[in-house]
Amino acid sequence: MDFASWLISTVSRALAFGVPLLWGTLGEIYAERAGVVNLGVEGMMILGAFMAFAVSQSTGHPGLGLFCAALIGGVAALLHAFVTVTIRANQYVSGLALSMFGLGLAGLLGRGWEGKPLGNTLPTLTIPGLSRIPVLGPMLFQDQTILTYLGIFLAVVLWLLLFRTRWGLAIRSVGENPSTADSLGINVTLVRYLCVFFGGLLAGVGGGYLSVAYRPAWTEGMTAGMGWIVIALTIFAAWDPLQALWGAFFFGALYHLSYRLQAYLAPELLKLMPYLFAIVVLAISGLGGARWRRRAPGALGLPYVRGER
Amino acid sequence: MRRLGPFVFEPRLSPPRYIVFGVSVLAVVVALLAAAPVFLGYGQNPWQAYAAIGRGIFGSWPSFSEVLRRAIPLILCGVGLTLAFRAQFWNIGAEGQLLAGAVAATGVALFLRVPEGLRLPLMFLFGFLAGAFWGLIPALLRVKLGVNDVISTLMLNYVMAYIVEWLVHGPWKGPTMRGFAYTDAFPLAARLSFLPATRVHWVTLVLGVVMAVLIALLLARTRLGYEIRVVGQNPDAARYAGINFTVVLSLVMILSGGLAGLAGVGEVAGIHWRLRSPSHISMNYGYTAIIVAWLARGNPLAAIFTALLFGLFFAAGDYMKTTLGLPFQITGVFNGLILFFLIGFDLLMFWRVRLARKEGAWISQAGS
Repeated sequence: MDFASWLISTVSRALAFGVPLLWGTLGEIYAERAGVVNLGVEGMMILGAFMAFAVSQSTGHPGLGLFCAALIGGVAALLHAFVTVTIRANQYVSGLALSMFGLGLAGLLGRGWEGKPLGNTLPTLTIPGLSRIPVLGPMLFQDQTILTYLGIFLAVVLWLLLFRTRWGLAIRSVGENPSTADSLGINVTLVRYLCVFFGGLLAGVGGGYLSVAYRPAWTEGMTAGMGWIVIALTIFAAWDPLQALWGAFFFGALYHLSYRLQAYLAPELLKLMPYLFAIVVLAISGLGGARWRRRAPGALGLPYVRGER
Repeated sequence: MRRLGPFVFEPRLSPPRYIVFGVSVLAVVVALLAAAPVFLGYGQNPWQAYAAIGRGIFGSWPSFSEVLRRAIPLILCGVGLTLAFRAQFWNIGAEGQLLAGAVAATGVALFLRVPEGLRLPLMFLFGFLAGAFWGLIPALLRVKLGVNDVISTLMLNYVMAYIVEWLVHGPWKGPTMRGFAYTDAFPLAARLSFLPATRVHWVTLVLGVVMAVLIALLLARTRLGYEIRVVGQNPDAARYAGINFTVVLSLVMILSGGLAGLAGVGEVAGIHWRLRSPSHISMNYGYTAIIVAWLARGNPLAAIFTALLFGLFFAAGDYMKTTLGLPFQITGVFNGLILFFLIGFDLLMFWRVRLARKEGAWISQAGS
């Protein structure tokens, strides 16, 4: 295979593999911008993956499946929001509990669905006109699902919302300094609930994409740690939706290459690449030192109690 | 202080022990209740199922011994995690550290030329070192480069799991094992002996209990233990007092990872007698140990008992699978639920509920 066609297919697959990471990361960025770490992404994604598969398989509508995936992700996230925002319990532990619970529940519910291929997968699009541009056409405008473009569009919209609107300012101030936000009349609890819920919706879609488009079948534990990569990407993207694009597609390329390079290296060693890179990438951003860490929302991980301090 | 109807909630800084114990028991009981619908979904009466499990497990010594067998890796990992959590180091990587220990033990068992009498001790030694090494990496990454410990420890779990997969499919695949992804079976000198009529590899069990005592002494009675507690409770004060974070967190993670590594040695030398796919060697022991340590509230001695409790849940999962025909995944759902209720109920521990006295009496205080 010549270099051009190799490059075309790599970029095209990197986009497709990056989609679940992108959706998950955009959601987590919003939750963390409001000050709530949600380590339950893995659990929300696997619940979304199961839900999307089960609904698509029974109704024949992958779109409806994705909608239900978003809902179950959102509901799971509300559980986390209740425990961390209302009860003010430790966010790390609650997120871990959500991941354990989600993985267990999806495994339990999915037992009868295991290994069956999906009849109706999410259709891929060929964009008229654009897809006929040489090189760029097959790279970017063929064989992608609607979620690729929707995800990129969403990243831009979420960036605008976060940095150019009053709502975004409210979200960021709740994550940065909730008592100041509170004194300015912003409802800290409401903002945190909404952002965590929104994060759950997106994580659910990301998970659903896995089972109705990416690998159209259901297998237990099919998210395989993507939810944790999302947490790393959120830090790597410095909590910025636009930077999440690069991160997600870079890791999409890594996942793709871990299949592609199997002629040269043992498949098991290739599969560990994305996880190793997640650490490497965080270490590199750590070399940036305090400058990078300062970008983290100031009240990240801290429950807000009115009247304290 | 907050009011809700006729009740007043007052914050309580350090709850007495009986409250902590009571709230923890309550969390487990409520989780058992919350898991009941799962049984109904499988057409089983949950109370009858719980009763059958109880009778099945406590009915005979061999079946009860399964609780001990399951508790062994949980004790070792759990004790290590209490230490890490006391230093506020989020070691979610016991799973990978356990596998690292299993790999090192397998290497010693199959490939190292040593006198047979030394083989098992060396397996434990190298298992400890491998787990310690795998634990030290995230400690150094956090201190030197600010890499989030949750992410790095979690990612290293996946990295080690794939390394084990690679070993058993590739270089270490046993020539006598044909189609299976196993290493060759360990020689007899590399296998741990059992308590009579059980599969309890008692050496590892004793090791776990001894380690729990040693870690408890370390925390309570030594300068290092004091520094660990300060680093965990008040990092600013620790920095001000000139405590060396690199040294303290490195030692914490060497011990925490090393103990998980010992658990891995026990699993391959006591149960499987070979290295095989990671999901068989560790049934999420490393993740379950997080709940073990959390339920023990960072107390290494209490972790022995909470590990036994989760050993019971694992044994119950086995029993449900073989006798009642229920899926093992129920234990995963149940573990998540327990952890949720545990942290949710913390609220009860740190607030004292009383009946309000007079209307106005509290307003002046609340305003102050």
